[in-house]
Amino acid sequence: MKMISVSNTILLALVVAGVTTGAALAATPETKGLEIAKEIDRRDIGFGDSRTDLQMHLTNRHGEKSVRKLRLATLENSDPEAGDKSLTVFSHPRDIKGTAFLSFTKILDPDDQWLFLPALKRVKRISSANKSGPFVGSEFAYEDLVSFEVGKYSYKWLRDEACGDQECFVIERFPKYENSGYTRQIAWVDKAEYRIQKVDFYDRKETLLKTLVQSKFEQYLGKYWRPLQMVMKNHQTGKATTLVYSAYEFQVGINENDFTPNRLKRIR
Amino acid sequence: MAPKGRYPVVLTLAALLATPINAAFSQAGELEIGGSAAVELRVFPANRSFDGQERSTLSPSLVLEPEFIYPLNDDDTVTFTPFARFDTHDERRSHFDIRELNWVHLDNSWDMTVGFGKVFWGVTESRHLVDIINQTDAIEGIDGEDKLGQPLLNVNAISDWGTFGIFVLPGFRERTFADDEARLRGPKPVQADDATYDSSDEDKHIDLALRWSHSIGDVDIGVSHFHGTSREPVMKSVTRADGVSVFQPHYDIIDQSGLDAQFTSGSWLWKLEAMARAGQGERFAASVAGVEYTFYQIAESAADIGVLAEYLYDGRDNRAPVTLGDNDIFIGARLALNDEQDTTALVGAIVDHENQETIISFEAERRLSDHWKGEVEVRWSAHVPDDGFFSGARNDDYLMVRLARFF
Repeated sequence: MKMISVSNTILLALVVAGVTTGAALAATPETKGLEIAKEIDRRDIGFGDSRTDLQMHLTNRHGEKSVRKLRLATLENSDPEAGDKSLTVFSHPRDIKGTAFLSFTKILDPDDQWLFLPALKRVKRISSANKSGPFVGSEFAYEDLVSFEVGKYSYKWLRDEACGDQECFVIERFPKYENSGYTRQIAWVDKAEYRIQKVDFYDRKETLLKTLVQSKFEQYLGKYWRPLQMVMKNHQTGKATTLVYSAYEFQVGINENDFTPNRLKRIR
Repeated sequence: MAPKGRYPVVLTLAALLATPINAAFSQAGELEIGGSAAVELRVFPANRSFDGQERSTLSPSLVLEPEFIYPLNDDDTVTFTPFARFDTHDERRSHFDIRELNWVHLDNSWDMTVGFGKVFWGVTESRHLVDIINQTDAIEGIDGEDKLGQPLLNVNAISDWGTFGIFVLPGFRERTFADDEARLRGPKPVQADDATYDSSDEDKHIDLALRWSHSIGDVDIGVSHFHGTSREPVMKSVTRADGVSVFQPHYDIIDQSGLDAQFTSGSWLWKLEAMARAGQGERFAASVAGVEYTFYQIAESAADIGVLAEYLYDGRDNRAPVTLGDNDIFIGARLALNDEQDTTALVGAIVDHENQETIISFEAERRLSDHWKGEVEVRWSAHVPDDGFFSGARNDDYLMVRLARFF
């Protein structure tokens, strides 16, 4: 095992060196955009697992609000060719209490997704083709909530500009996976910590559809940043959804077998 | 039946087994109270079929299903879900059951459930052929999806080669039947309290089941075997002391092997359930095979429409329990608005090839507020033959509305 980790370190060093040289030699907007995306991803490597409680506040165009409460556990996949695993369990509204959603994020292949329906004690494998559909009636689509994987998009650096009181890279990313509801997204990434501050989503007709603003960033284990608030505003419908996260717990040693479809029946 | 005396032992075992591993979520020591209470109204527009049967068009009832969850620690949980229905017209439908009263222990690579519980196996929509652990609570609904709590000991081992489960089922639950004076009854009165058994142990026979299930890429597969008391009774015609011909349920000892599989590809779900059963007449096989295709975001809305088609085959002879799905086609559609109220609707029809017997059902539900949900259900039948599965209920097409409060 030691051998492998040493050789991995060397390999990583070579890759980083190669990439840096490559970037210096030919810094096209595309390579610069990709480098920024890789750096975002690199800064999250090694988080292991995390869990948090979160509330979704849904606001319709008349300002009426409804709330969803859920718990979210994430398991990092150390294989860069595969995505993370996530488990979501609802506790509110009460009629969907105990409903659980298990997702294995892939890079370009369709994700694997299962749903547990507590009334029937039934685990259903569901189609993940509905990437652009709303997640539980919110303004977040399934594809907005899956873990960030570099290979899901191609990139283009647009410019650097101020974002709030910070300096940001502005990059464009184009979904490479099938069934996306977007032609492109424009993301503002702060230069200091490579945190995604804001994203504009353009629909299939190239019209601005939604804007996501991430804020209240907290750092965990001295390394990993997480926004504790995410606001998604739909410009076309006037509806909005706010995600409010409670404090994350990291590296709690979550049992990997909890992320199996059969275990969904037992998770509370 | 409640394992009252056993519980302290169970809890001690739980304490002994509790090793400090982390489940995905933990919230030890706090009793969670949930569940629901509902009022239900069934409307039967047609006249009764039998003398002495209830005449009322409207049949209200009340359903209580509270849920108590007590996490002992990160890995051990006790759940209690009693159930009660109070029906104005059906004495038998007014009933109480323990849906769940169990202790679940989760370990890294295995888990265990002891007590009354509910287990579901299967993938198809029109018929649940492979699902066999629980008895159907048939007076609750004619779709067979309501189940009685089953006493069980279940241990599952999770490995890279799938999940292996063993189920020891001490104590059999008899199927429930509508009262002879109520709607949705069988073609003859049923001697519900006078069942007969193959086994001299009767309802004390210890049934056993094994199951292996796994997800391999786009395929989810399960293989199971059951040995024990058939959940489906054979309805024997006997003559009662007063000369009336009635049904007496008889429960055979059977061996049933089952297979369920789903292949998920884009918007397509390909589903198969198959089983072979020995112990009721000649050994026979049955299967349900079908597809589900979903059209997402129809007409640029958030709504999805799924289309379902399944073929049902059953090779049983007349010594086995009568079944609906011997050579039938099921066609259905599922609508999900994906709105804040989670509005959904499902319409389906099962049509028999040979005699055109048709059962159509429609179900819809919508959340009305944080704590209230409304449901509507319609059942309609046509071309029901005199010896058919639903011949006693041919005039009992109904509309049901239900208002549920969740806690």
